Amino acid sequence: MSAISVRELRKAYGAHEALRGISFEINEGEVFGLLGPNGAGKTTAIEILEGYRKRDGGDVEVLGFDPERAGSAFRERIGVVLQQSQLWPNLTVAETHRMFAGYYERPRNVDQVIALVGLDEKRDARVKTLSGGQKRRLDLGVALIGDPDLVFLDEPTTGFDPAARRAAWDMIRSLRSLGKTILLTTHYLDEAEQLADRLAVLREGVIIREGTPAELTGGSSETEVRYRKDGHEVVVRTTEPTRLLQQLTAEALAEGRELEGLSVRRPTLEDVYLSLTAEHAE
Amino acid sequence: MRLFRHQLKSEQRLFWRSRESAVFVFLFPIMLFALLTAVYNGHIYGRPASWALLAGMIGYGAANTAFAGLAITLVSRREIGILKRIRATPLPPAAYLTAVLASIMIVFALQVTSLFALGRVLKSTPWPSHLLSLILALALGAAAFAALGLAITGFIRSLEGSSAVLNVIVLPMAFLTGSFGPTRHYPKALRAIGDVLPLKYLVDLINGIYLHGQELWDKPTAVAVLAGWGLFGMVVALRTFRWEPREG
Repeated sequence: MSAISVRELRKAYGAHEALRGISFEINEGEVFGLLGPNGAGKTTAIEILEGYRKRDGGDVEVLGFDPERAGSAFRERIGVVLQQSQLWPNLTVAETHRMFAGYYERPRNVDQVIALVGLDEKRDARVKTLSGGQKRRLDLGVALIGDPDLVFLDEPTTGFDPAARRAAWDMIRSLRSLGKTILLTTHYLDEAEQLADRLAVLREGVIIREGTPAELTGGSSETEVRYRKDGHEVVVRTTEPTRLLQQLTAEALAEGRELEGLSVRRPTLEDVYLSLTAEHAE
Repeated sequence: MRLFRHQLKSEQRLFWRSRESAVFVFLFPIMLFALLTAVYNGHIYGRPASWALLAGMIGYGAANTAFAGLAITLVSRREIGILKRIRATPLPPAAYLTAVLASIMIVFALQVTSLFALGRVLKSTPWPSHLLSLILALALGAAAFAALGLAITGFIRSLEGSSAVLNVIVLPMAFLTGSFGPTRHYPKALRAIGDVLPLKYLVDLINGIYLHGQELWDKPTAVAVLAGWGLFGMVVALRTFRWEPREG
């Protein structure tokens, strides 16, 4: 069953074509990542699916609705975290959740949602006293309060410090375990790699690659092995990592020395992504 | 209806929780009345000055609360993305806006009541006698200003400038239309400007009802002009009101 189905979606702002006919499907219960540099069209795409923007062409179906014409029944079933939005500075965390809970027919329990996003200790704190990361968690809590089937996350961790990003990732993983379908946009490659079941790389309004993170990185067959020898870093790229490692470790054992700083690394999504976008930049 | 009640309650909490709105929107006209009535003596329009100042300050309160206060609230919510976020919920836009408007009407009603009570305490001003006419006049005036408040949000681009812009409109308007005292000795040109502004007609209505025992329907021209401004505001608001931030 598809939660989202997009075919040949087009959108232009004046002469600027933000989306030039993109197509993808997102299955129920899947975490789908829309990855791309700034200005690639990610936010335009997600805002069309959320119902904020009208498309110029193509077909879009979200939970069986056309978001352009959908009303309250559609909005009962989606949760939205916008790229930039704030909430009322003078309400508390619990009051903010209760306010949003009142908009839905069957909201989740407010305390449970606050616990889910890890804000229990800030329950009665005013929103203006929260840190940036806590505010983002509040956004997420408010997006979940209506118990949505589908959650849109537009760059959910932009501007986070590393610890806050890890915490946000854990939270997004816990959403998946609740069976929610998630559409996530990000320009962080590691984020897409960590969270998405499948992803599409968007560049200048076109999807240039689509697949699982493993499929995207699997195209390149080389493995990179690094170690230190006599204080110098040695980097070897090989298509036969097993043989190379066997050789290196055997030598080192025979000589009774340690392979210092040994690391074995598959090309990351970042390597693939950078080479992809570089190709297309020409 | 359940959504409207929920939102109205939330709006009231938001209003009184914010020091800016509680002080600048609710208290400011009341403080101004206390000041003016302390320095003006004698008679205005053949009544004790404090009566006329009370009537004028109620008119100013309508503009300050329903027009400027409403517009600042909506511009700030729009610019920080709250309006956009609300649009993604099942709350219908019409229920949201009517709750916001109803909430500002409650604030204005409390403000008018406080002004009458304060006048009574400080200067023994009488309670209003033609209550129905007064309530209808104030409701019409506040509705017209609220419509204009919705309309002007489309022309205010940023949160930073909004209260400056609105004060530059509201304070001279109040001055030119007799909220702070009679305008009959003003130069002709200034009076001519005042004569086209909506507050002039609201103040006329309140003066007529409160100071001279008239009824709302004794001044059909003023009613028509106010209603016209309100309709104008509504038409403009329908064309220019935005839910999303201007930038970004």
